[in-house]
Formats: sequence, C-alpha cells, structure tokens
Amino acid sequence: MDFPEELKYTEEHEWIMVEGDIATIGITDFAQDQLGDIVFVELPEVGDTLEAGKNLGVVESVKAVSDVYSPLSGEVVEVNEELPDEPETLNNSPYESGWMIKLKVSDMSGLDSLLDVSAYQEFIEND
Amino acid sequence: MKSTPLNQIHHQLGARMVDFGGWDMPVQYDGVIAEHLAVRSTAGLFDVSHMGEIEVSGADAFTFLQYATTNDVSKLADGQIQYTALCYETGGVVDDLTLYRFAADRYLLCVNASNSDKDFAWLQDLHKGSSFSDLNLINRSDEYGQLAIQGPVAAEILEQLTNVNLSDIKYYWFVEGKVAGIKTIISRTGYTGEDGFELYCATADCCNLWRELIHAGVPKGLQPIGLGARDTLRLEKGYALYGHEITAEIMPIEARLSWITKLKKGDFAGRDAMLKAKQAGLHRALIGLTLTAPGVPREGYPVVCAGKEVGYVTSGTMSPSLKKGIAMALVDTAVASGEQPLSIAIRKRQVAAERTSLPFVK
Repeated sequence: MDFPEELKYTEEHEWIMVEGDIATIGITDFAQDQLGDIVFVELPEVGDTLEAGKNLGVVESVKAVSDVYSPLSGEVVEVNEELPDEPETLNNSPYESGWMIKLKVSDMSGLDSLLDVSAYQEFIEND
Repeated sequence: MKSTPLNQIHHQLGARMVDFGGWDMPVQYDGVIAEHLAVRSTAGLFDVSHMGEIEVSGADAFTFLQYATTNDVSKLADGQIQYTALCYETGGVVDDLTLYRFAADRYLLCVNASNSDKDFAWLQDLHKGSSFSDLNLINRSDEYGQLAIQGPVAAEILEQLTNVNLSDIKYYWFVEGKVAGIKTIISRTGYTGEDGFELYCATADCCNLWRELIHAGVPKGLQPIGLGARDTLRLEKGYALYGHEITAEIMPIEARLSWITKLKKGDFAGRDAMLKAKQAGLHRALIGLTLTAPGVPREGYPVVCAGKEVGYVTSGTMSPSLKKGIAMALVDTAVASGEQPLSIAIRKRQVAAERTSLPFVK
C-alpha cells in the first residue's frame, strides 16, 4: 500500500496536500482498499463552506456507504468533476486522478492536528 | 463464531472475511465487481457450506412436508428439487429453502445458514403438535459441506471431474455421484441465475473438492466468489433473500412468491392467514426499481410517491452488469403498478426510479 511522504493524513483515512492556503483532499489507499469497488461519489459544490470534522461528501462501494469528513475548515474552491462519472478512479488512483476537492483553508491552525505519514502508518497498523 | 471446513483456504487466498449471521465467511477475494462479472461470463466457485441441511424421513414424511411447506410436494419425483418456504400460522416466513426428494419417504431440506436451528426447532414443534408417528427429523448441517459452481462454463469444468452425464441432470434435479472421486450430491441449482451446480459432500471432503474444482476450472476462468458478489448476482435476478424480501412479517404472496405458495393444495401452515389476507386484498407488493440517475439504493431507504412514503427498499445495489442502481422494494399495492412516478430517498436527495419487471438482468 502506498502512502506518499509529502502528504498529511487523518484518522478518518483522508489525505491532505497543502499548497499555500489551498488544501487538496482525497481518501487514502488504505481507505479505498477497505471500501472495495467504489461505485458512487457525492461531493460538495464550489462555494460551499465546510467545517472541520463535518461532512464533506459520501463514497459508496458495492457493499457500503461511507461518509467523508472534512479535515479542515474552509471554502470549496474546486471539486473533481470527473469523479461522479468515474468513481472507480478512487480505487485506481487515490492520490492523483482521485483527488476530491480543493479547499481554501480558513483556519490554518487546523493543520496542526493532521498526521504525518509515519504517524498515519502507525495508526493503521494499531487500528 | 462458526466457520466452514474451507475457512483456512479463504484466509490463505487473502479473502476479506465478515461475520455473516454468526459465520466467518469471505465477502470478497478479488473484488465484488470482478467476481460478479466472472460468474456472468465464465464461472465462479462459492463456499456455501454454511447452509443448513435437515433430513426428513419416514412413512409420514410426505404428508408432514405437505403441511409444513408452502409448495406442492406431490409434484416432486425422486431426484427432483423444489423451491419452497416454511411459514408461521400468521403467514410470515420462517425460511425459504430447497426441498430434495430422494424417495417418497426421504427428503433433504437445504435451508439458510443462520436459520437452520430455528427451522429445525420449528419443524420439531410442528411434529410434536401433530399425529405423525412415522417421522424422523435430523439436523445434518454439520455433516455436509457445500460448494456452488456457477456460470456459463460451470458444466464444462465439472464434466472433467465426473463420470456422471451432466446433460441428463435438468434444472432443479439432482443425482448422487462422484466428483473427483468424492461422494457428492450433484444438484443443478444455484442462486446466481446462471447455469451451474450445487455440490453437497461430507464435511471432511470439502477442502479436497474445492481444490479439485479450482485445479480443473482455473484454466477455464473459474475463480472463488465471495458473499458480496453472491448478493449482487441474486439481486440482478430478482431472487429473494431471507431477512430482506421475506421475513416473519412478510408473507410469500406479498413477495412475488405466489408461484411457490399453493393455496389450493390443501391445508398447510400459514395458509389460513394468507387466504384471509388475499380475500381482504393485499396491502403490499414487492417490485423492482431501477434508478434513472446516479445513486445506490440500499435496504431501508424510503420509496416516495407524490411526496408521500409508500414503501421501502428491501435490497439494493449498484448492478455490476447494468451499471445502474437497482432495488427490490415492498410498496403499497396502489402504486406497485401504474404510471405515478416513484423515487427513492437517498439521504437528502430523491432519486427517480422506474418500475422494472424482474429479473433486472434477463
């Protein structure tokens, strides 16, 4: 399983890439593997305000519905429009083509609570 | 948790295991969609050893089963199988099952895994309250392992391992014969809607039977299939699953199972209640629905008509064959047919759904 070093992670199995005040968010390789074949994705709309810890969207596999929580607070500035039509992209390319949203972060202090790659891997192993 | 004789093999194959009604069972090996499509295009092998087997024998076996089950046992010949149900006096379903006739005085009931103890106790209760004296009920669930090989090339694979002429076994018939030297019941039945067989063997032979089938079948595209695909395969064909389409609170005649409910055959458990309900007019009917927009219907989601809740989804999934959301739903008879638009409430959305004649996949 692949966990790029430059990314931040959450215990809810999201990854976050921060560039300036823009955070790109998706689900991890571990999350997509646990879910199995992903067949449906629900994303917020551009302009929506998200609150850290609150619902960002929904990912559904054949067997299960999974909520995705926003790791940070901010305003949605871009969503991956391709995903709803090709949800299997989340399985095939969770860190690249499978990005979900870009968020303009309103409170940068939220970054402090994110995990680095070694902390996330440790979390998965002990979970 | 209970496990089948193949438990170790599943773990070795890297299957994702789940608690299925108290059984440690594989939900997927490769992935639900890949497994589903393999069964539709080539063949799949399922461990269904968790299923229960109850033997009913004795001079009164026929009369007893004619009373205990909904279908007409008199239609069965030796070597023939019947899909049927056990019902409570309320008309609700105890379980659905397949009934094998070995002889006029010997039958085998293949029942759902998590219901087998309940079914056996129910049959014993019926026996106790009756005048049947020459009747033996034996729960043989622990003695049998069971594998299902399903798909267009299932027969071609099985043929390599047996001297039994498979083309002589018609749909819903069985023979006793050897497969790879192992004593089995070869039953031309299944839960996928594809051609195929369910093979019953002694628990101790189950792992060998699995290995022999895999060895013979892999070159022809055979692969192990988990419960995830078993569910999507049966749903595409509109087959009922106990606990979903049929329960203690749902009568078979409400759940598109009138064809196994022979109200004219004479008295049987649940018949009076069903006759009364039918006379008064049934309130609910099971229908097929296909979403016309993206989404995945799930069990329990409300079905809505003109802003009013008119029923609920009993089973739903994303159909791997059709790539659309499909569902079976129990709805008010007033809206079961006709033109009034229906939708399924998925979280905050209402997604339009078209009535679809079953099976979804022909």
